[in-house]
Amino acid sequence: MSANTAVAEKYRNNFLKEIEEQVEMGDWVKMCMQCGVCSGSCPTNFQSAWEHPPQELFMMIRAGKREEVLTSSSMWNCTSCYNCIVRCPRKLPITHIMHGIAEYAHRLGMAPKMQPTRFFSGLFWKNATKTGRVNELKLSMGLYFKDGFVQGIKNGMAMQSVALGMVKAGRLSVMELFGGHKCKDQKGVHAMLKKAYEIERGRKTAKIAG
Amino acid sequence: MAKHEYAFYPGCSSQKGASASNYLTSVESMCKTLDVKLTEIPDWNCCGASIGYAEAGELPRHVLNARNFALSEQHLPGQEIVATCAACWLGARETRERLTHSDTLMADTREALKEAGLTINEMPGIRHMVEVLIEDLGFEEMAKHVVRPLEGVKIAGYVGCQTNRPFGVAGESFENPVYLDKLVEMVGAESIPEYEQKVTCCGGALAFSEPERAQAQIKDIVESAYDHGAEMIVTPCPLCQANVEIYQGQVNKRYGTKFDIPVMYYSQLMVVAYGGSAKDAALNGQVIKARRLEEIAAKPVKR
Repeated sequence: MSANTAVAEKYRNNFLKEIEEQVEMGDWVKMCMQCGVCSGSCPTNFQSAWEHPPQELFMMIRAGKREEVLTSSSMWNCTSCYNCIVRCPRKLPITHIMHGIAEYAHRLGMAPKMQPTRFFSGLFWKNATKTGRVNELKLSMGLYFKDGFVQGIKNGMAMQSVALGMVKAGRLSVMELFGGHKCKDQKGVHAMLKKAYEIERGRKTAKIAG
Repeated sequence: MAKHEYAFYPGCSSQKGASASNYLTSVESMCKTLDVKLTEIPDWNCCGASIGYAEAGELPRHVLNARNFALSEQHLPGQEIVATCAACWLGARETRERLTHSDTLMADTREALKEAGLTINEMPGIRHMVEVLIEDLGFEEMAKHVVRPLEGVKIAGYVGCQTNRPFGVAGESFENPVYLDKLVEMVGAESIPEYEQKVTCCGGALAFSEPERAQAQIKDIVESAYDHGAEMIVTPCPLCQANVEIYQGQVNKRYGTKFDIPVMYYSQLMVVAYGGSAKDAALNGQVIKARRLEEIAAKPVKR
């Protein structure tokens, strides 16, 4: 049984409960009063509109629209500007709930595969935790080459003037390709993160079993 | 002994050859003048930033920040942690808040930290450099060191998101914080308190993953600065600085604009006003050169 079918089975017809137990800050969802201030305060929703802005996602969760919510590209449009958090009259930590739903959809393998910010988010975390510190050059290259070598060269060419400007200003170093900055105790960083994942997974699984 | 001492968390972007290395250079010069001693937390790690969320989960993210707390406690006991990066400061403060409010999260964090041979006994204070400047030193003290006022320069104070929300600087409003305008006035330049894009998001990590969205926001931020007659923009955040500066060429291509406005750190303005050289202020780190500041930095100081 896949991870997705296991949770779908356990929380059948109660998607709100699933979000409350499995998503970071998910227990706040029921507090939303549908005023829409979050959607009106969101820079990326203001510009080009999310498929489902935050307050709509909250209502969809309560209406049990599991598939539509978890496969949506909406949450991935969050820029982490925290404007929704400071303006929400009910004090919902909306930014964290958006990240939480996105993380959960990604964990279940339901998030849209081609969503560029989903890709970049995973790339960033792997880059940062590999050595304990971000390697900016490898991070940029990883993004350019996500759709293959040819597209990578094209993307690199399109960004050439930006990159050259950074190199000239001493703010992008080609030396980062050969090792670069890192923590001394990488082993310790990896071990503690492994443990943290184990504990977190254990707690979530216990809720499914319980 | 220095007047003020802190455990310093420079963050990934401040490292040598990284995107905010000019920020660090100018902060070091600024702190020398102000007699602030920053001691780097040994072997600090990345805060995870907000964009790591797809893989980070809750506990791993907090454990990353907690490792820095533990190292700080071990090597620099009793000192508050100061970050210059908005994301580092936000990430660390968020972890501090969550661990303080949840015994389970705290216990789990301690268990994970054990794997790295570390522990936390006390929660450290987490400060942003601008908090140190405003709260621990104060405008009056900072103004005393101005020997080369940036007279006649009009500067838009762009605060951005993560030093402003969700925590922000005490006493400031989320919608219209004024500390950056006060700082601009303090260095002898002209501020633009009515600059309406001062808390607009620069697009954050979406500048990489979905450039067209971020660049629409960057366009608004820069355009408004021009509309108010600004000669340069100043910011306290490394990602705001980079996004608003380095993509102006791409914005110009996309929108047919002719943007070419320097984007500075507050610390760079202060170093020049404090009599430092262009090198002390890391003006060579600008992609869009700040000619006006370079000229001022070449002038003799008024004593």
